[in-house]
Amino acid sequence: MEQELTQLTKKDFESDQEVRWCPGCGDYAILATIQRLLPKLGQPKEKHVFISGIGCSSRFPYYMNTYGFHTIHGRAPAVATGTKIANPNLTVWVITGDGDALSIGGNHFMHLFRRNVDVNVLLFNNRIYGLTKGQCSPTSEAGKITKSTPYGSIASPVNPVSLALAAQASFVGRGLAADPKGLEEVISAAAEHKGSSLVEIFQNCNVFNDGAFDDFADRKVRKERQIQLRHGEPLIFGANDDKGIVLDGLSLKIVTLGDGVSKEELLHYDETNPVMVDIFARAPFPEFPVPMGVMHRKERPAYNVGIHEQIEIATSQKSKGALNTLLSSGDTWEVS
Amino acid sequence: MSSQTTTTSPLRSVAIRFAGDSGDGMQLTGARFTHETARAGNDLATKPDFPAEIRAPAGTIGGVSAFQIHFGSDEIYTAGDELDVLVAMNPAALRANLSDLKQNGTLICNSDAFTERNLQKVDYESNPLEDEELSTKYNLVSVAITDLTFEALEEVDLPKSSLEKCKNFFALGVICHMYSRNIEDTKRWIEAKFVKAPLVIEANMKALRAGQAFAEASEVIAETFDVPKARLPKGTYRNITGNQGIAFGLIAAGELSGTRVFYSGYPITPASDILHEVSRHKNFGAITLQAEDEIAACCAAVGASYAGSLGVTASSGPGILLKQETIGLAASAELPLVVINVQRAGPSTGMPTKTEQADLLNALFGRNGECPIAVIAISQPDDAFETTVEACRIALEHMTPVMLLSDGYIGNGSQPWAIVEQEELAPIRPHYTAVKEGETYHPFARDEKTLARSWALPGTPGLEHRLGGLEKQDVFGNISYDPENHERMTALRAEHIERIADTLPPLHIAGDKDSPLLVLTWGSTRGAVSGAVSELAQEGLGVAHVHLRHLNPLPRDLGDILSGYHHVLVPELNCGQLHLLLQAKFLREMTSLSKVQGQPFKVREIKEKIREILSAEQVH
Repeated sequence: MEQELTQLTKKDFESDQEVRWCPGCGDYAILATIQRLLPKLGQPKEKHVFISGIGCSSRFPYYMNTYGFHTIHGRAPAVATGTKIANPNLTVWVITGDGDALSIGGNHFMHLFRRNVDVNVLLFNNRIYGLTKGQCSPTSEAGKITKSTPYGSIASPVNPVSLALAAQASFVGRGLAADPKGLEEVISAAAEHKGSSLVEIFQNCNVFNDGAFDDFADRKVRKERQIQLRHGEPLIFGANDDKGIVLDGLSLKIVTLGDGVSKEELLHYDETNPVMVDIFARAPFPEFPVPMGVMHRKERPAYNVGIHEQIEIATSQKSKGALNTLLSSGDTWEVS
Repeated sequence: MSSQTTTTSPLRSVAIRFAGDSGDGMQLTGARFTHETARAGNDLATKPDFPAEIRAPAGTIGGVSAFQIHFGSDEIYTAGDELDVLVAMNPAALRANLSDLKQNGTLICNSDAFTERNLQKVDYESNPLEDEELSTKYNLVSVAITDLTFEALEEVDLPKSSLEKCKNFFALGVICHMYSRNIEDTKRWIEAKFVKAPLVIEANMKALRAGQAFAEASEVIAETFDVPKARLPKGTYRNITGNQGIAFGLIAAGELSGTRVFYSGYPITPASDILHEVSRHKNFGAITLQAEDEIAACCAAVGASYAGSLGVTASSGPGILLKQETIGLAASAELPLVVINVQRAGPSTGMPTKTEQADLLNALFGRNGECPIAVIAISQPDDAFETTVEACRIALEHMTPVMLLSDGYIGNGSQPWAIVEQEELAPIRPHYTAVKEGETYHPFARDEKTLARSWALPGTPGLEHRLGGLEKQDVFGNISYDPENHERMTALRAEHIERIADTLPPLHIAGDKDSPLLVLTWGSTRGAVSGAVSELAQEGLGVAHVHLRHLNPLPRDLGDILSGYHHVLVPELNCGQLHLLLQAKFLREMTSLSKVQGQPFKVREIKEKIREILSAEQVH
């Protein structure tokens, strides 16, 4: 079996269906990243289940040669909860988008993390409704002009990372579709995590919201406008790795390295510290670089484990249920 | 000791209602009397009737909680039309229930509760117990139940508020004496229930015995009654509510099919009790999940079915509507799913604790697109177990969502149930795929006979496939927008459901098959109609009665049966939904009898309608 597994390649995870996203869509890169990653995770194909809602991203399962279920708008986390609890041996993935997860499916998104069901949620955030051709989404910036908001969107956007953290998510990370290496790293960490995990993936919709992330995702500015979070390591960024972050009271402050500041004096990132995680999740852009990578990771008991433990406890206390005993329990009487 | 004026009279059936304030323990009193009555060998049916508010203001009409039991030596079909005995623990209970008491019926009132303040709360200008009309029209038994309870418990060292709570046991003692009921099981029940509070056991037992002794000694109870044993089929019996029967049926279906029951629900009256009951039996491996909302409850059940469990969810009208999109997904993906609707009076929030049958057309047609699913209905509490097992059988063997209809009257009502043994039940054979590793699995290839597609479980090597709500290519299951394929798949989905009818037993025509009138029922109207048909037969009027458990697909022989009757009467607790459907399907006129009061039909109402139709028939 081991032998077989090591022989799996990216190709084994590609289905025979023609991929039908718009040419240039960021989804292609995410698909390729996951197909490349799965052989490395050491699970056979049949153990992976991809469950999606509705939207461009949700077509994803059709392109994976694994088990897949394309469900209904916003509900993939709820379906996945049932699948994972029913068979905890499966590796369950939820593929969703900003509209699917945060608007119509907001409630399920929150409760998946609260319960800590061991499911990996990959949220393709393009800050727009693509499949319905260009309405503003819950992550669209205030003032956004779209077909449904010709005078500009009035609402403020929601931050998926903060939302998941508020719901007690035990793993939160961020990746960029245009940075396959960094993306693979964070998804791989999410897959290894026991408990629910969120990976927010910034994904460009080149048809309806082109360039939405250019301010920090463009190769030319990436090092200056993003910061890779690494647990236990000093917070360094900048084109020449010359900037760092320190704590000034309860606020972040950017300092220049070498300017009387050494690496050791920089803030060291602690992915298990909820206060620090929260400060970074809320760090305003462009004053601060966009935090990327594993933002929060702290294991706690998973719902799918707890529910089966309760069954084991009940079975050992009451002994395995016998139908005839159950049906004839309580007050009975004979009619002869 | 026994009063010489007391006489004992034989009766065939009796209806009693215990009514009091929400906090007076009337449901408990009713449940205990029900048990002792079942023990005594009578057939029976019960109907609790409680307010939607958990603690409505004490002494008000809104706070009245009642429990009705109908028992007898003949088969009992309903909880009873009119009351032979009303126990009213306060003026509000009297005000709310008196109109259902028969003339000359026995009215037992707790006179201590008829204080000026309590009378004012329900707009009695004077004390009705002192009103001559009340004692002329009814056999009024005014008893100082509270004071007598205190007297009996003088030596029990408990606070007065705790002692007062025992007055329902005093009332139970009175009624137990009137109907010669044993109290041994109730004694054991009290001992078990309050095992940690010996003083409470003592107080309740003393109150119960004091009630019995009072009834025996006092001349106000002039008569005791003997209801002979009913001739029930041999067997071991227990009392069962509709909701309990459903929970047991689900667990049984799990055992019979070898699949794990995955029940996920969201709290809603009157369906929550099913979630509570299934949750108690985790040692059967049953998984229960209290979901974040109705939609998630259904989605999690579908997700579990996808993974190989028997996914089940239950709700009532408003919650069912929220689940319909997900039920559509299960129908499109052709996965097993059982959705239970314990119907209540609508529209919208309606009357949550009152019964209705107005979700039938929603069950049949409430999804977008052409989306037939199997629909079956429970008729009474003692039918809940078997019908639930049948729902699960259809879901697993035919790979389809099944809507199982119940209602508040069935869910909360109880009946004696002849316990079945596992060995008497047919195994359920889920339609797993026969395709082996290495062969090609086509997710939408179908069984020749049933047209069911086969179930391939995630985790099985070589059967990887994708499912979804998008239209699928016939056989292969890939996404397809081909016009002819869509039409073919629509027809296949319809025929797939229609073929369930191949497995149905022939319909049973009860009553007088040769009558010109057939009464057709579904769901909980069965009881009142069976009662009416039986009573009319004794009065020399023959009527045929067919009851439908399966509403989609309809049994194949229904059309032929209908064509044999000049008149068809369809009584329903809605505005005529089955009536509408059958007239359209069979292109013939039928008569609808509609009732939407949140209460079940009375036998009398059905009889009146039947007489009306048959007398018109004679005129012609």
